[in-house]
Parts: sequence; structure tokens; C-alpha cells
Amino acid sequence: MTALNFGDDMAITDPSGPATGPLTTADGKPLVKALARSQARLRRKAFFLVLPLLAFVLITFVVPIGQMLQRSFYNDGFSANMPLTSAWFAQTERGTVPDDAAWQALALDLQASAEARNIGTVGTRVNYDMPGTRSLFTSTGRKVRRGIDPPYQQTLLEIDDEWADPQLWSTMREASKPYTANFYLASVDRTRDAEGNIEQVDERQRVYVMLFWRTFWLSGLITALTFVLGFPIAHLLATLPMRKSNLLMILVLLPFWTSLLVRTTSWMVLLQQQGVINDLLVWIGIIPDGQRWQMIYNQTGTIIAMTHILLPFMILPLYSVMRTINPSYVRAARSLGATSWTAFRRIYFPQTLPGLGAGAMLVFILAVGYYITPALVGGSSGQLISNMIAQHMTGTLNWSIAAALAALLLGAVLALYWLYDRLVGVDNLKLG
Amino acid sequence: MREDRKGDAFVEFEHVQKSYDGQTLVVKDLNLSIAKGEFVTMLGPSGSGKTTCLMMLAGFETATHGDIRLDGRPINQVPPHKRGIGMVFQNYALFPHMTVGENLSFPLEVRGLSRDERETRVKRALDMVQMGDFINRRPAQLSGGQQQRIALARALVFDPQLVLMDEPLGALDKQLREHMQFEIKNLHEQLGITVVYVTHDQGEALTMSDRVAVFNDGRIQQLAPPAELYERPENSFVAGFIGENNALAGTIEQLDDDKALVRLDDGGLIDATAVNIREKGQRTTVSIRPERVEFKPEMMPEGAHTIEAQVLQVIYMGDILRARLRVAGSDNFVMKMRNTIGQTRLDAGQTVRIGWHPEDARALDPI
Ligand SMILES: Nc1ncnc2c1ncn2[C@@H]1O[C@H](COP(=O)(O)OP(=O)(O)OP(=O)(O)O)[C@@H](O)[C@H]1O
Ligand SMILES: [Mg+2]
Repeated sequence: MTALNFGDDMAITDPSGPATGPLTTADGKPLVKALARSQARLRRKAFFLVLPLLAFVLITFVVPIGQMLQRSFYNDGFSANMPLTSAWFAQTERGTVPDDAAWQALALDLQASAEARNIGTVGTRVNYDMPGTRSLFTSTGRKVRRGIDPPYQQTLLEIDDEWADPQLWSTMREASKPYTANFYLASVDRTRDAEGNIEQVDERQRVYVMLFWRTFWLSGLITALTFVLGFPIAHLLATLPMRKSNLLMILVLLPFWTSLLVRTTSWMVLLQQQGVINDLLVWIGIIPDGQRWQMIYNQTGTIIAMTHILLPFMILPLYSVMRTINPSYVRAARSLGATSWTAFRRIYFPQTLPGLGAGAMLVFILAVGYYITPALVGGSSGQLISNMIAQHMTGTLNWSIAAALAALLLGAVLALYWLYDRLVGVDNLKLG
Repeated sequence: MREDRKGDAFVEFEHVQKSYDGQTLVVKDLNLSIAKGEFVTMLGPSGSGKTTCLMMLAGFETATHGDIRLDGRPINQVPPHKRGIGMVFQNYALFPHMTVGENLSFPLEVRGLSRDERETRVKRALDMVQMGDFINRRPAQLSGGQQQRIALARALVFDPQLVLMDEPLGALDKQLREHMQFEIKNLHEQLGITVVYVTHDQGEALTMSDRVAVFNDGRIQQLAPPAELYERPENSFVAGFIGENNALAGTIEQLDDDKALVRLDDGGLIDATAVNIREKGQRTTVSIRPERVEFKPEMMPEGAHTIEAQVLQVIYMGDILRARLRVAGSDNFVMKMRNTIGQTRLDAGQTVRIGWHPEDARALDPI
């Protein structure tokens, strides 16, 4: 590492002198280059130190998420197994009535993929966009596996006249391209009709948009609740003497340390219709025995449970900010003539904003992606979009739509983050 | 003169006591009356209750017992924001999320002044501390001294009659501190406000104040103008706390009115003025300022008693020579000599006889 020669005869050109080009070291090399070289080794060393983490993050996070996201717009279940049909679709305009070539391509493809035993994949792919069609493919596949003879159109229609459905052809046309936006359309309750126009899905099938709204609305509500409940506690934590505030802190952190099952069980004990709270209310006489409140297995359950578990994420950043606020600010405000409310509103509260912002971001983002608690205590009206994603991941196995929903969710969160940065500034965020 | 006008005291503490925990009294029987326009400093060691007194006056702490009156009105029940007292905090307490201008405008806003009125007042206050150009800065973008000035301007902008300052210059370096002392003093005189100032820098207290209240152990040990405090301390604590001081322990040998003869513990006999001793045979601590100690017989009054002193060290300090002597078995007796042409130079190891005018040695309570 020999770059700069700061000897007596140091020849760095005088910056105040007349412009003589870039600065150089004693041996005439440009200063910038010498500096870069002298720091390169340090940088390399630092890089090697973070390499394991980088690899870990790449392998366990970036790659799987990338793959997952790719599924949301790429699915070759149809195109890879139905090459002839896909080629016909590629050559013809949308809305072309299937001609003999089309029927031939379809028949041969069906036969070939049935023989290769991946007709199920094809059916699944078409089924994504047009529910109820998978069995058409598999049953037709069973009949044509051993061979199919012309006239193809007639043969296929004899097997099942559903093959003539223009909606089916339109759907297959969509599926013939491996890259598609259809999963995103489906994620917002949209689909394409036979002509390829985007339209809303049948009223009974509209579920995602509603779920998105519910997710964001409930997350916002939960964020507000954690703020209302957490702010005074954080303030207490920050102002109580050490011994008492430590005790309080343990109480705040308790939900973290409790097993999920224990927590869920206690909510059940507390909130169910024959539970502690209802018993108490009936006993006091606030509600009659016949009208016990339903507080679990519905939205109320989701709200209560999630507020409870997310509360520490609001309290901790608030607390860490409040602890640094010198009590003399409020005193100064009071001595300057402000009532205690004005002093709080104008002096104390604005200084807690970085913590509030951080807490709200944390709670909201966590709430938007929450899955296990709504699944356990949310009933059907307390389900969030993540429960739907999980349903598609493990139940219907439609990973593509799961990925599209997840991508939309991610996009929305990023947009919010961006908005927050524009309004408040992310560097104002204080997490601890 | 001012002390006499008890009747129209502006700020008055009467038998004020304060306890935080119900176990110990932090302030024990505080009596203090401050006239309008006066600059009174509370001086005392750390933990002596100065801030507590200020906080009681400002309304952030309540007196456990006793009365505090402002302009004749008891204020124990008045909340802080209605007391109209300007306050400068030790850490300035400038609101970090507001600009300088907003900081100054805050007290005017909560008083409901119009925008125009606010603007003129803010501008005037800023000009007063020569910070007019900084109105749009945030406190974090100011130096310590500049923040200090803003804090001062903010405490003055709503024209309070009384301004409290709790070690306002504590965080500044020596030079800036001296400059600010001068400016605060100037403002005090210009505006005619009453100032209660807290510090534990005695130099600051002596140079700025009309009167200084020396605090110790929850009590005012002495309340007097600076010169009197230095020259006529009333007890050993004040003598030791203000300025450099030599303390000699002994017993009263002879007491004639206020002229006392003190027998030191090693047998030497010295002259002193009795201050707070009453009878012969009492133990006492005699306090003598280093610059009042003489070693040349011709400088002492006739018949003055002298004692033997061994020179341990002489330090050349430019304007003065500072000698450390062994007197009556103690090694930290200090004598200061003016560095004049004719001055006799002492050398370490030499033995001299030292003495003083009886008025300069004050026989106080034993330590
Ligand atoms: N809020 C409080 N609770 C309990 N004790 C307190 C409190 N504030 C001060 N004390 C105690 O009261 C005594 C006097 O404190 P105070 O702050 O008035 O001292 P001070 O003279 O201002 O000291 P310093 O020069 O260090 O600022 C100290 O012993 C301190 O420990
Ligand atoms: Mg103090």
C-alpha cells in the first residue's frame, strides 16, 4: 500500500494556485487514483467480512422471493406442453374462429401431453383463468392418450362439447403465452371475456379487492389503536423511575415471550361467548345473558388479538424517542406561559413524531402481512389478504395468483414507505 | 439599603422548607427577600438546593412548608404558566423542532398576541442579543454561545418582571462565559428586570450580582453584597467557599469586645476579630485571606502577635508571588505577595514570622 508520499518534497499541487489540472502525488500519479487504491484493500476486506451474510440473504431471501415473484407473471404450464396450439394462437388474431388447423393442433397436443402425463399441468393452468376446466382436460386426455384420429373437431366435440366454448378458446389463447398479466387481473377481481376485454368477475367471486381493503383498513385501525394505547405507556416507561419502568417494560414485552398457542388459548378463554369477559359483563348486568357479545372468531377477535401482539412494536420506538426528550422542554414551555395541554401538543408531541412514525410503520407493515393470528381467531370475517395467499399456497396450489397477491401487497407497502419518506423523511425514523 | 425595604419585597421566601422524599429536608428554613430590579445570585456547592429553590419559584416544585410570594401575592397555588416568570435553563431547552423565530414567538403565541405584534417583539428581542440574522435557523445549527443568547432572548421576549437563570453559562468556555456575563449584566441594567441567578462559579457570582446568597446544606449561609461576602464572611463555610482562605484552628484565649486573642493548637498566639463567638475558652477557626498575611514587621500594626512559619514553596505567578507555608503544623497556609520591584524574595526552607491586622483575621465557628 504505497501510494502517497508525504515527504518534505510533497508535490501536491497547491489548490489555491492557478488551475493546473487534477492534484497529483509526489510521483505524479493523480491523487484521486492513489487514494482509491489505498482504500481498495480496506474495502475488499470489509466486503469479505460481509460476504457470508450477503450469501445467506441471497440464498434464503432474494432468490426465493424473486422466483416467487416470477410466478406471478410467468407460467409455462400451457405453452411448454401444448406447443402446436400455442403456435397456432401466435399466428392468428384474437377472436379467430378455430379452423381445422387449430383443431388439429389441439388434438395432437392433447394426445402428446396426455401420453407424457402432464395434461394435468395444462389443465391446472387453464383452470386458473377459467375455473372448472381442469377436469375437461384430464378426462379428454384419458380418452385420447392412445391416439386420436381426424376429423379432430368432431372427435373432440364428441368427447365433450365444451371444447367449442369460445370462452375456453379465449382463455387458452391467454394461457398460450408464458408471460401474462392475468394473475394480477385476477388479484383485483378482473378477468378477460371471450374478446379479451378486461371485465369484473362474477359478483359472487369478487373477494380480493374486498380483502385488500379490509386488510388495509384493519391494519390502519390496529395502528391507531396501538398508538392510542401505547403512547401513554411509552410515556410512563420513559418517565418512571428505573425500577418501576423496568417492571413495566417486562409487562410490555410479555406478549413476545408467550407461546402463540398459550396466547391464543387465553384469548379464547377471555373473549368467547361463555368466556371471562362475557361472564363478567352478564354478572354485572351490563348485557343480558341472551345477548353475549361475539368477540372472537370474527373481525373483533382479529383486531383485539393483533393490537395486543403488535403493541410492543409501537411502544418500543416511542419509548426510545421519549427517553431522549429532556423534561426541561416541557418545563420551558410552561414557564413561557403554555398550559400543560399546549406544552404537550406543541412541544412534547412533535418531538415524539420520529418514534411515532417508526412505530406506525412497523405496526402497519407487520399488520398488513399478518397471517397466523387472523387465521386462529379471525373466523371468516376476520381473515386478511395473507390468509388468502396462504390458502392459495397450500390449499388450491395456485402459486401464481398467490405470488401476484403477494406482489401487490409488497408494492402497496413499498408505495406507503415511499409516501412516508416524501412526507416525513425516512431519516427521521427512530427505531431504537 | 435594599434589605431595609422588606415591605415591598418583590420576591419573598418565608420559612420555606422542601423535602422530596419525606425523609430529608433539601431546603431547610429558607428566608430570602429580593427587591424589584435586584440581581441576586444563589451560590453554593452541588446538591445544596439551589435548583430546588428556583424550581419552587418557577412553580415546578411545591414548597413542603412556608410561603413564597411574588409581588406580595402568595404563589404556592398558581400554576407555572400563570406566574409570568422568564426562565433560562442550564441546557437552554430551546425547542429543537422550531426555528429560532418560532421559539421566540411561542410565549407570545400562547398569550394570544397578534402576528404583527409578535414579529416586532421577536425582532426586538433578537436584536437585543445581536442575533437578528439567525431567525430562521434551528437550535441545532447554532453554537453554544448563540443558543445561550436565544434562550436569554426567549426568556425576555414576553417582558417578564422576574427572570430565573439556572447556571445558564455552565456549558460555555471561559472566554465566552465572561463575555456573556457582561451581556447579561448589561441587559439586567437596561431592562430593569429582577434576576435570580444560580451558579456554582463564585467568580461569576461576585462579578454580576447585587447580592449573593451562599447556600449550603439547604440554608442560606450568608446573604450579602459581593465585597462584604469576601471581606466579612460570617461563618467558616462562607470564608472557605468564597475565595482562597487560610483556616487556623484554636481556642479563644482572651475576648475584649470583638478583639480576640486566639491560642493555636501548637501554642502560638494570634490576633483576631470575634465574629460569631461569644465567650473565652470557646473553640474557633480563624480565617485570614492570603493577601492579608504579612511577613515584614514594618507592615504589621504595633504590638501585633506573630507566629513562626516555614516557607515550603514559592510559586511565581506573574502579578503575584504565592508562598506555601507550614504554620501551626499544617502545610497549606498560603501567603500572596505583590510582585513589586522592592519585594523581598522568599526562598523555600527559610523561616519567617507572619502576622496581620486584627481586622483581617476573623474568628469564626469551629469547622
Ligand atoms: N426530583 C428530585 N427528587 C428527589 N431528590 C431530588 C430531586 N431533585 C433534587 N433532589 C435532591 O435535592 C438536593 C438538592 O438538589 P438541587 O438540584 O436543588 O441542588 P443544586 O444546588 O441545584 O445542585 P447543583 O449545583 O449540582 O445543580 C440534592 O441532594 C438532590 O439529590
Ligand atoms: Mg442545580
